Amino acid sequence: MHEMSLAESVLQIIEDTARMQGYTRVKTVWLEIGQLACVEQESLRFCFDVVMCDSIAHQARLEITETAGQGRCAKCSIEMPIAALYEACPKCGSYEIHVIGGDEMRVKELEVE
Amino acid sequence: MCTTCGCGIGQTLIAGHALKQPRKPGKVMRYRVHEEGAVLAHPHTHQHGVLNGALDFGAGAAGTHAPGISQSRMVKIERDILAKNNDYAAENRDYFSTHGIFALNLVSSPGSGKTTLLVKTIAALHGALPIVVIEGDQQTDNDAARIRAAGAPALQINTGKGCHLDAYMVGQAMQQLPLQDKSLLLIENVGNLVCPASFDLGEAHKVVILSVTEGEDKPLKYPDMFRAADLMLLNKCDLLPYLEFDAGLAVDYARRINPALKVIRISASSGEGMTEWLDWVALGCRNAALRRTESPA
Repeated sequence: MHEMSLAESVLQIIEDTARMQGYTRVKTVWLEIGQLACVEQESLRFCFDVVMCDSIAHQARLEITETAGQGRCAKCSIEMPIAALYEACPKCGSYEIHVIGGDEMRVKELEVE
Repeated sequence: MCTTCGCGIGQTLIAGHALKQPRKPGKVMRYRVHEEGAVLAHPHTHQHGVLNGALDFGAGAAGTHAPGISQSRMVKIERDILAKNNDYAAENRDYFSTHGIFALNLVSSPGSGKTTLLVKTIAALHGALPIVVIEGDQQTDNDAARIRAAGAPALQINTGKGCHLDAYMVGQAMQQLPLQDKSLLLIENVGNLVCPASFDLGEAHKVVILSVTEGEDKPLKYPDMFRAADLMLLNKCDLLPYLEFDAGLAVDYARRINPALKVIRISASSGEGMTEWLDWVALGCRNAALRRTESPA
């Protein structure tokens, strides 16, 4: 249930930016969550609604863009899409795959007024 | 943060005292409000904001509203969700580096033998270098009491309903501990193979402990933790003759997730493999102390 802490961090980012940019209401929040990030999206949606309640992002819509996992084989250097951390290289069978994308958790954009 | 009702930072306690509020003083917390007259199953020491469903344009973070301007606009943020935690972690790491402190974050599922390992480690290194321990558990200070009995200062962080330690909690705990220069700081995280993987505390290494009474495929089931760790201690190896646990397979699985993972087979209770672990710790401490000596500050 660390999704509650993540939702809390999203609110902090929203409030910090509000102080700088002077907006008073957030209507939509776009997050980018990698397929390999340690996040359960449904749980995050639930926690988001709870945490945003009575904040400037009360009842804000949550849009999550999922980015695909991407790995590079340390043995044969090919790049490949990966859905899990324990996948083998389709070319040489090595498990020495470095994650090069799809593990991010970012607040991308807000629709505010 | 209270994950029962979603309010505030609720139940996190350091040595039995409420965690200092990271927000600005006097600022109303904005979380779900309890029903009128609801019976609370746990004590609350903080205020709740009042939710009345109305949109108050003057109560926003900017504290103002320009009449007539209500057009939506887009704001680019591009900020890591964990950025705040990472900032606190960077502060902790900076402190460790300036003071030559070697900090380890010990993570595992409950019951893998973390506390016994710490007790034995403290007994073995006692007198060789100053050791301080931060204990993370949801409830009780039993573990901190065990560590203190072993001869090291220990501070208990109770996370309440929380499932992991974060860098802010550790930073607060550090201020209450007698941290000496050129010392060893052992942070025993909450027993949980999922959530602590995402939260950097500023440590030099995450050390994951897997005991042979668990399944060999735990690294595949909980890959994030094994990927985040630099060292895996395969604990309770004295029990291997009595179990159907394939230690080689467990190590194989762990290295599928993290090919660079160093593995040491140990038994904290019988002492098997402890020398290698203690040597690894001692080397880390020496290097941390050396870097401090070399730094101009």
